[in-house]
Amino acid sequence: MNRRDFLKVSGVAGMALTGTGARGSEGSSPSLEFYGVLVDTTRCIGCRACEKACATEHGFPVPDTANDAALEKPRKTSETAWTVVNRYDTTRGEVFVKTQCMHCWQPACTAACLTNAMHKTPEGPVIWRSSKCMGCRFCMVSCPFDMPKFEYHEWNPKIQKCNLCFDRLQEGKKPACVGACPTDALMFGMKRDLMEIARVRIYNHPERYTHKIYGEHEVGGTGWLYLSAVPFEELGFRTDLGTTPYPEYTRDFLYGVPLVLFGLPALLYGLNQMSGSDNED
Amino acid sequence: MSQMTAVNDQGGFWSFLRSQLRPRGKILTPFNVISVPIILLGLGILVVRFTKGLGSVTNLSQEYPWGFWIGFDVVTGVAFAGGAYTITFAVYIMRMEKYHPIVRATVLNGLLAYVFYAGALALDLGRPWNIINPIIGNDFGFNSVLFLVSWHFLLYMLTELLEFSPVVAEWLGARRARRILSSLTLAAVIFGVTLSSLHQSGLGALYLMAKPKIHPLWYSEFIPIFFLVSSIFAGLSMIIFEGTISHRVFKDQIDPKKHGSFDDIVIGLAKGAAIAMFVYYFFRSLIFLHDKQWTLVRGGWGAWYLLEIIGLVLIPCFMYAYGVRHRHIGIIRVASILTLLGIVMNRLNISVIAYNWNAAVRYYPSWQEIVVTMMVVSAEIWVFRWIVFRMPVLREAHELPSEKQEKTVRPPVAASL
Ligand code: SF4
Ligand code: SF4
Repeated sequence: MNRRDFLKVSGVAGMALTGTGARGSEGSSPSLEFYGVLVDTTRCIGCRACEKACATEHGFPVPDTANDAALEKPRKTSETAWTVVNRYDTTRGEVFVKTQCMHCWQPACTAACLTNAMHKTPEGPVIWRSSKCMGCRFCMVSCPFDMPKFEYHEWNPKIQKCNLCFDRLQEGKKPACVGACPTDALMFGMKRDLMEIARVRIYNHPERYTHKIYGEHEVGGTGWLYLSAVPFEELGFRTDLGTTPYPEYTRDFLYGVPLVLFGLPALLYGLNQMSGSDNED
Repeated sequence: MSQMTAVNDQGGFWSFLRSQLRPRGKILTPFNVISVPIILLGLGILVVRFTKGLGSVTNLSQEYPWGFWIGFDVVTGVAFAGGAYTITFAVYIMRMEKYHPIVRATVLNGLLAYVFYAGALALDLGRPWNIINPIIGNDFGFNSVLFLVSWHFLLYMLTELLEFSPVVAEWLGARRARRILSSLTLAAVIFGVTLSSLHQSGLGALYLMAKPKIHPLWYSEFIPIFFLVSSIFAGLSMIIFEGTISHRVFKDQIDPKKHGSFDDIVIGLAKGAAIAMFVYYFFRSLIFLHDKQWTLVRGGWGAWYLLEIIGLVLIPCFMYAYGVRHRHIGIIRVASILTLLGIVMNRLNISVIAYNWNAAVRYYPSWQEIVVTMMVVSAEIWVFRWIVFRMPVLREAHELPSEKQEKTVRPPVAASL
């Protein structure tokens, strides 16, 4: 039995004893059926219609997409732009990549959030709820993709990141960016279906794609999936994030807590009694 | 000050309180001259911060959501406060009577450190009015390390208050309350040590999910254990360091009998620190070897790492050991300063310096962030001083004055020297 297993077993024992303890992300194990988006970077023409649609939908300053100057250098999403498209010069020419929150299956941000303001909805979108958030920014520290952004110049700041147009999904509509894409580079659907489609594309055109679907396993799997012609490193993706869901990194610690909380006082009291009888001779 | 008129007030408790609020000692001390402008400036900065947003006074950014206020005030400050749980463990659990004389000052220090440094967390919150959400259940983020840490901060402050409360009762001359509160001390200590070990390690666990951001020389899945062990010697070193200062500053308050025993105490503390440091050093080296990190030691980050782990852990550890063996207080004091620097460096490395170490734009604190930090520290010292001059913290616990006795008359402490 290695250390991890030991902690798991003792954690379970602790929970059984106390009826409390760390739970999996949002209670039970999250559903495997959830919405996501497949991005086929080989189809993206860098028109940035998605950026425009996103800004319009969510009330941010609408970017001037007629002007390509914005593509000169890779940009990051910001508190006023939930999604940005970047251009990369790769071994197979110019490639455009849309970035936004990945809507992880087991998000680091929701595991970090001490008020569950960051919330993984059963449908898939990871949303932020203003009435709960205290602005601690632990979600920013924890997100492996650095997606939550903070309004540093507001007295009442919000966390800003893509919410996969949660409101539109409730109305049965697609995310705004997906609807705006003229080349079907973006495809909305259940992750399970999107994976099928992605695999079929690679299978049918093995020469066109690198044989990897980014987001299939990264950080435990994400709602957004990417296909590419070139290795993902060339497109500014982090390929060193591993396949472990991020909440796992703190789970051992959290499992140990009830054990310590109830075991240590008993131990301390015992020590106190022992040292007492020593002195009172 | 206006309390000068309070003397003829016959209002019992209030006149007592007013007399206690009157400044003791000289007003124009160097510390006052420096700290008052800092506190005023800091308050001004906070007004800007709460009206114009965090970005108006800090250098925080999307890449560096946590800066100096978290990295130094909270993460380092709480490590420094580790002395309280270490000493209460020694005195109340292990019944090491030798350390009894420093319990009160240490607990007071711990309590104030939590109130001020953990309290500084609130300054850093973007939406501080929602700070009660995790307490009132909007929502309980059970799977969040920060949820755990914040609850433990809160509970620990309460247990520290309970541990310190007999002193307050003594000050107020409340015998009955004192007896009741004292009887709760063991329970409070047991609970306090437990909470401390969890939140000291919890502070480290906050960084577990920042795996891709922290330089591999500092990231380890054992960060929580490193934080816990290092909080022991951080706390002990802080007591040594602080004791040296407070023995000079609060000379009048200290029973001369204690002066002699203080050297023995320091040597005992130094021994404890040396052992904890050796364990810590050994453990970190083991991780270093196990993760085959020697390829990383080349270059600037490697040198920085070695400075921390050899220069500010191993060397002061040996200095402590030397000081203990040769009863050399001077070298122990130097070692305590080096150790504290090492803790500052370690905590800042994980939270700020080696965090997003390859970011294009690096973070460094703005002058406003530093002033506010100095404000927090100064305010803490003010309160500490206020309490030490009034309550029986450093001086011997006195027989309580009888209920009838005029409470505003203080025992002539200085005369006993
Ligand atoms: S990408 Fe970041 S913000 Fe988005 S769901 Fe994953 S952890 Fe949360
Ligand atoms: S900043 Fe808000 S959403 Fe992010 S972890 Fe803190 S409370 Fe949760």
